[in-house]
Amino acid sequence: MIWSWERAAEALPVLLEGFRITLLATVLGTLIATVLGLAIAVLRRVLPGPARAVLHWLTEFVRMTPLVVQLLFAYYLLTGVSGLVIGIAVIGIHYSTYMAESYRAGIEAVPKGQWEAAAALSLPASRTWRDVVLPQALRATIPSLGNYAVAMFKDTPLLFAISVVELVTAAQQFGARNFAYTEAFTLAGLIFLLASYPTSLLVRRLEKHLAHY
Amino acid sequence: MPTTDRGDEVLDPSAAAPPADRPAGSPDVPAVEFRNAVKRFGEHTVLDGLDLTVRGGERVTLIGPSGSGKTTILRLLMTLEELTDGFVLVDGQPLTHELRDGRRVPVPPRRRKQITRRIGMVFQQFNLFPNMSVLGNITEAPMHVLGMSRAEARERAMDLLRQVGLEQKAGEHPSRLSGGQQQRVAIARALAMDPAILLLDEVTSALDPELVDDVLNVLRRVAGTTDITMLIVTHEMQFARDVSDRVLMFDGGRIIEDGSPEQIFTAPGNERTRSFLRAVL
Repeated sequence: MIWSWERAAEALPVLLEGFRITLLATVLGTLIATVLGLAIAVLRRVLPGPARAVLHWLTEFVRMTPLVVQLLFAYYLLTGVSGLVIGIAVIGIHYSTYMAESYRAGIEAVPKGQWEAAAALSLPASRTWRDVVLPQALRATIPSLGNYAVAMFKDTPLLFAISVVELVTAAQQFGARNFAYTEAFTLAGLIFLLASYPTSLLVRRLEKHLAHY
Repeated sequence: MPTTDRGDEVLDPSAAAPPADRPAGSPDVPAVEFRNAVKRFGEHTVLDGLDLTVRGGERVTLIGPSGSGKTTILRLLMTLEELTDGFVLVDGQPLTHELRDGRRVPVPPRRRKQITRRIGMVFQQFNLFPNMSVLGNITEAPMHVLGMSRAEARERAMDLLRQVGLEQKAGEHPSRLSGGQQQRVAIARALAMDPAILLLDEVTSALDPELVDDVLNVLRRVAGTTDITMLIVTHEMQFARDVSDRVLMFDGGRIIEDGSPEQIFTAPGNERTRSFLRAVL
């Protein structure tokens, strides 16, 4: 095996810059996906029939087409917008359709009696969602949201397609330029590991916290 | 579609407002009235042209075999179900549908909500909110529906918890309570809204036998110290006897016997009532 500590030391700052992009895309993408996904899931319960059907087909369309295609489509359609901005938005929207399904399952798991008790107390719909249904639905949803966040993290290399240099692309480029693939990808792997392990711990803690009652 | 031949001035606000000498809540306006009420679930007819009148302050127990439409009556009043045909009036006000220009039309949601706000319900499965403390369960609606301050709602909730003997459980989550305790909290939660009408839907059916009495004693006290109109679906015949002014025997979506508890339980006139009581007593 070829290993040069010198090359590794040179690679590190380049990779960390790539990682910054990966992290940015994941965090902002997750933020968009969790908020938008929740909005989609709730709207699919409260919208009148026709609007609900339109929303359903829109989300199905996004879910059933490849992320890369969506990235390229948006990138070439919206020339002049930075690749990173497009990447974050497209990843966020793409994953929001998956998260919406998780939320939907969580909402459907809330027993009918909870809705009826809220109705019997004359709680307005907004309060019923906010104080009764969503807190119970989210508890069931958080673990799968965490999984999607991790999946999103691992999908960020696709941003390569629209010229965004994130961690894996940075490693690839450094490796090619210096013929130091071993150093570049070993470090890239380590960085991924160091990032995802605490994240999974965090998700687990959150799960436990939510399971408290 | 002709709905009823009894659509009169009360059902049709365009014809005449209720006369001033008969304001809502006065003794001669029934607290609850079903008129020719029909409820179908698909092919299955649960209520078949039911007429029922309950006076303000009256305690009425509905008995009968399961599937006879008792629970449906309570759920219709709470607007958890909607009538297929006919009318429900609460304090003389149409609840979900009214006659306008001879046609049966839905009541606007706002008016519907004004009426249901005065109705409380306790469920067989308690249906407490598991994500809130006992106190949170009781203060939620007074704060967000009646607009009470947090302090006011808490004070009232603690008072009610004392009445049901659970003030020391205020901070617990429902999952830490026994079924009987949960049901007492559910009763306190319903009472916190200061209902004029209380619907009790088999409130002890999901409880272990030794927990039933605590719940029934709480309800006996409520019956004894308030003038809340109560509609009760129960299989606890002794309780029905203790608190009811009237007992209605249901079968096949109709009232087949209507009388005082003494009369129904000691001298039922209907053969169907007799065999039902023999089976449950």
